[in-house]
Amino acid sequence: MIMPTINSGPVPRVETIGDAYVPYPAKITHIKEEAYAITTYNVVFEDELRREQYHFEAGQFNMLYLPGIGEVPISISSDPAEPHCLGHTIRFAGNVTRAIGRLNVGDIIGLRGPYGSAWPITRLYGEDIYIVTGGIGMAPLRPVLYTIMRHRDRFGRVVVLYGARTPADMLYTAEFESWQAHDIQLHTTVDRADPHWRGQVGVVPMLFYHLRLDPRKTVVLTCGPEIMIRFVVYEALARRVPKEKIFLSMERNMKCALGFCGHCQFGPSFICKDGPVLTYAQIEPFFGVEDF
Amino acid sequence: MADITPKIGAYISIAKTSLQAVFDNLKAAGFTLIGPTLGDSAIECAEITQTTDLPIGWTQVQEAGTYRLQRRSDQAYFGYAVGPHSWKRYLYPPTLKLYTVDHQNGGFTVTPATPATPQYAFIGVRPCDMHAIAIQDRVFLHNGFQETDYKARRQRAFILAVNCTEPGSTCFCASMGTGPQIETGFDLALTEIPEIFLLEIGSELGREMLTGVDWWHAGAFELQTARQALTAARSHMGRQLDISALPNLLYQNLEHPRWDQVANRCLSCANCTQVCPTCFCSDVKDVSDLQNQQAERVRVWDSCFNLDFSHVHGGNIRPTNRARYRQWLTHKLASWVDQFGTLGCVGCGRCITWCPASIDLTEEISAIREEGTR
Ligand SMILES: Cc1cc2nc3c(=O)[nH]c(=O)nc-3n(C[C@H](O)[C@H](O)[C@H](O)COP(=O)(O)OP(=O)(O)OC[C@H]3O[C@@H](n4cnc5c(N)ncnc54)[C@H](O)[C@@H]3O)c2cc1C
Ligand code: SF4
Ligand code: SF4
Repeated sequence: MIMPTINSGPVPRVETIGDAYVPYPAKITHIKEEAYAITTYNVVFEDELRREQYHFEAGQFNMLYLPGIGEVPISISSDPAEPHCLGHTIRFAGNVTRAIGRLNVGDIIGLRGPYGSAWPITRLYGEDIYIVTGGIGMAPLRPVLYTIMRHRDRFGRVVVLYGARTPADMLYTAEFESWQAHDIQLHTTVDRADPHWRGQVGVVPMLFYHLRLDPRKTVVLTCGPEIMIRFVVYEALARRVPKEKIFLSMERNMKCALGFCGHCQFGPSFICKDGPVLTYAQIEPFFGVEDF
Repeated sequence: MADITPKIGAYISIAKTSLQAVFDNLKAAGFTLIGPTLGDSAIECAEITQTTDLPIGWTQVQEAGTYRLQRRSDQAYFGYAVGPHSWKRYLYPPTLKLYTVDHQNGGFTVTPATPATPQYAFIGVRPCDMHAIAIQDRVFLHNGFQETDYKARRQRAFILAVNCTEPGSTCFCASMGTGPQIETGFDLALTEIPEIFLLEIGSELGREMLTGVDWWHAGAFELQTARQALTAARSHMGRQLDISALPNLLYQNLEHPRWDQVANRCLSCANCTQVCPTCFCSDVKDVSDLQNQQAERVRVWDSCFNLDFSHVHGGNIRPTNRARYRQWLTHKLASWVDQFGTLGCVGCGRCITWCPASIDLTEEISAIREEGTR
């Protein structure tokens, strides 16, 4: 028998995969040196439509791209209520971040995002909030502070525990006063003091010793070096803060931020899409495992 | 010639020589045929046009760290197990251009790449590899984000699957529930029995590709011969993997001493991830012209065994062979389940055959199972 004639069918039209990775040009509008080798860059999308459509939540990050050099994940450190101008506080670490350090106001950078999970702002309503950070770890938490300041009455006690290597490495010092003016308690510490330093000397988790917190209404948000996070979690657990209410932001190498380059895996989690903000309860079985 | 149109789901028989007519129909429909063919030292996947391009009369001997071609005593078309290549390289190519950026004089113009989507007919997809494709579908299409290049290639692909009647000695699909018989997802599924190909029709397109082909309804004897061959294959698996309690077995043994032992043998060469039909990790890189006026962004296959893979400034998350091998195996057989609702291994045995250190994941799992925490 003869079958019906062969019909190869219409060729389906598809968008390109490139679309998902495509960075959008954004102009640097303001540069502020925060500390030694750490600078905040405000950028604005060139395209008006993109500028209007872009929204982010506190804790999310963007992929910043320099042609011919590379692409890096950087948290958004500015106010989520003003998403047309995006702040990125960048530590000049290696290839890409140092190249960003050579840019000037008016220069163009590639930007795609926002990606990742966010700090659980609405779950913080009515709770006492402890923001515990070290070094550049303050950057992804600054958007939380902006949000708290806009709606201060929605939150309970707000305490920031912040550590840096030296006083000169401390970020956002110019904003400390306005934080305090919004009834945000600030406790700082440094590893090495200078003659003018009047705060604490020592590691961040130590700042917990000064506090009396109420574990029934406490939420801890933490970001910083992983070793610091580990001790912060330890201190929080010791004060009976539930695992589900300890939120941390993790860092892993990442190439796509779309959940399939595989680089950012931490056990079952892809840090780019399940994270970077995770609860301690989510990662507990893996957190202490060396080289995992 | 029978005079009734075979239906989807029907089993029909064709003479082996009639396979060429199916190939011709596929070519006429615009498909590029990709199938097993004799390479320098292994049966590889490449473009083929004739059935004579298939490694007819060849087989291979596979063992941990060993692959050797061998003549068969008969003229079987599909008398061998999987080789080093999988279909992954055609659905998810090793290098894919993403976009070009023109940045002359401080400008910034991005042009996304518009790759033409090849229309492949995969000839001889084994059951394990069918499952591997289904697993990559989950990774690239059902993971909150759609990888459009994969999707386009996948949608256009024709699949002529081949059931396994002669599994290799590194195969363990039977214990993974991924073979030796294909259940679904194909356009045509073929079982080779003496003188005859038994075909199951899986789709309308599969049916169309039988246009002008001499066929007859498979008889009871032919069906029985095929069934027996597959039952025999099931009991001739070279290896086994006990998958019971699997995600937890690994999660509870992350500090097992076996990781140190395997780390002493592993070379971190990444062969296992390259040959694995489900491994999907990638890197994204810039290729610039000399004046650095134009940059091209490409995605390339990567491996969790590469040193740079887990680089973060100021350190490496997995600096040792131990950490890297543990990541690989734990991903395959534990976290994959959390991420995609399926194990990341289909029992094809490639990673065992192509490991220069003869590392065998089935042995690693049994060692952990015997001595480990449960
Ligand atoms: C979710 C997230 C948010 C981040 N937010 C900030 C931030 O607000 N400010 C800031 O200064 N840094 C941040 N980082 C870290 C920042 O991405 C790295 O410092 C940066 O990638 C280093 O790149 P490099 O090319 O300068 O360094 P190199 O050491 O030359 O790194 C080479 C490549 O490795 C990768 N890589 C290296 N270190 C890291 C890392 N720590 N994390 C991820 N990939 C890395 C990048 O792809 C980089 O291009 C964040 C990282 C993540 C994962
Ligand atoms: S397990 Fe074998 S194939 Fe895989 S990286 Fe180690 S030596 Fe290479
Ligand atoms: S892990 Fe090994 S046996 Fe399993 S699918 Fe990958 S290559 Fe095949």
